[in-house]
Amino acid sequence: MELEIDIRKTLRSGKRSFHLDVRLRSSGQRIVIYGPSGSGKSLTLKAVAGLMRPDSGRIRLGERILFDSRAGIDLAPQARQVAYLFQDYALFPHLTVRQNIGFGLAAGWLNPRRDMRHEAVDYWLGAFHLEHLAHQFPDELSGGQRQRTALARALASRPQALLLDEPFAALDSALRARMRAELDALQRRLGVPMILITHDEDDVAAFGEHVIGLRGGQVVAEPAACQAVEMAD
Amino acid sequence: MDMAWSALGLSLKVAGWATALNLLLGVGVGFLLARARFPGRDLLDSLLTLPMVMPPTVLGYYLLVVLGRRGWLGSWLQESFGINLIFTWQGAVIAATIVAFPLVFKPARAAFEAVDGQLEQAARVLGVAEIGIFFRVTLPLAWRGILAGVLLAFARALGEFGATLMIAGSIPGKTQTLSVAVYEAVQAGQDEVASTLVLVTSAVCIAVLMAAGRLAPGRIANR
Repeated sequence: MELEIDIRKTLRSGKRSFHLDVRLRSSGQRIVIYGPSGSGKSLTLKAVAGLMRPDSGRIRLGERILFDSRAGIDLAPQARQVAYLFQDYALFPHLTVRQNIGFGLAAGWLNPRRDMRHEAVDYWLGAFHLEHLAHQFPDELSGGQRQRTALARALASRPQALLLDEPFAALDSALRARMRAELDALQRRLGVPMILITHDEDDVAAFGEHVIGLRGGQVVAEPAACQAVEMAD
Repeated sequence: MDMAWSALGLSLKVAGWATALNLLLGVGVGFLLARARFPGRDLLDSLLTLPMVMPPTVLGYYLLVVLGRRGWLGSWLQESFGINLIFTWQGAVIAATIVAFPLVFKPARAAFEAVDGQLEQAARVLGVAEIGIFFRVTLPLAWRGILAGVLLAFARALGEFGATLMIAGSIPGKTQTLSVAVYEAVQAGQDEVASTLVLVTSAVCIAVLMAAGRLAPGRIANR
């Protein structure tokens, strides 16, 4: 799958302003956008999902143009067919694990019932070993279980791409290594293209088929420099 | 005693209607003020809060000016539809609705503002339409705060006196609500009637407040 991003965005807060000017193109299955916090990587990922509207530019995912300011194209997040794994998972606190996973499969004004039956929900509950937790609420889950639930919810609607925002930052280091291995195996099995943003070089080592370094809102030529420069700050 | 029950029945009817109207209006306006950015938003919030701080008699006077036979809205309603709201229980509903409105929209606005916007974004990416997000994510997460306000509004509407008296008057069996009946009974020296009415009113108000207290946000606030 080919990803092409060419966007600009200016954010102002009081007297400070931040300029995002990202140009990148990749045909990797596993793209890692790597940079320190405040480098604009989260904004870039949100722009792909349609959660942040760039001032100008163009975003293309495979054959589909998601955003093109000149052509007046700006697909709603609902129409982009991507999955987004939020840093703290953003599970719906009032819904059970089963309802969370089935959320995107139920259209209309009503949430899926607690005892909803759906092939995809059952499949993902099984794939992430969550069957025994199906009726639990998110605040009753451990960090790893929450992440599995969020991944299951993201994948249940068969996305064209999986966007991951610092997926392991909220976990302790032992769990981080395990979830990294789990995601690695899962991605290889499903073959779903993924874009992962991180400031952790272990993520780069595990997933960095194509690594793009970001700093101060711009792509840097040598991604490895990101870490070195951050240390020097 | 018959008078006490008919006054209670009328009060419950008026407060019930006022609460239902406030549920719709308060949730709508609360959501709008929580989410929409427009000039004059703070001014609108202040204006809508006025009924909470203004004397009910002043509100009643404003309502008479607007809804009275010579008022701009009242004369239009009379000429176009033959509707007259003065000295009717429907007029009492309008008075009670306006007086209790801030008690619904204020907590509703706060409850909507407290909903994590990231959850709505997550729902968006999962393909759920905006109206679905409101009913499946935003409203369920805000409803406790809203419901607490709605119960307080019910209690306030039940006790409405000043504006109701000015708009609807005090016609026994027709527009004489509990609180107005208490006043009339005391004026007429009917102490026994007054004390019955007072006990009934107190019991209803305590029950409503206890229900509101149980809905205060707690650990399981989001279920």
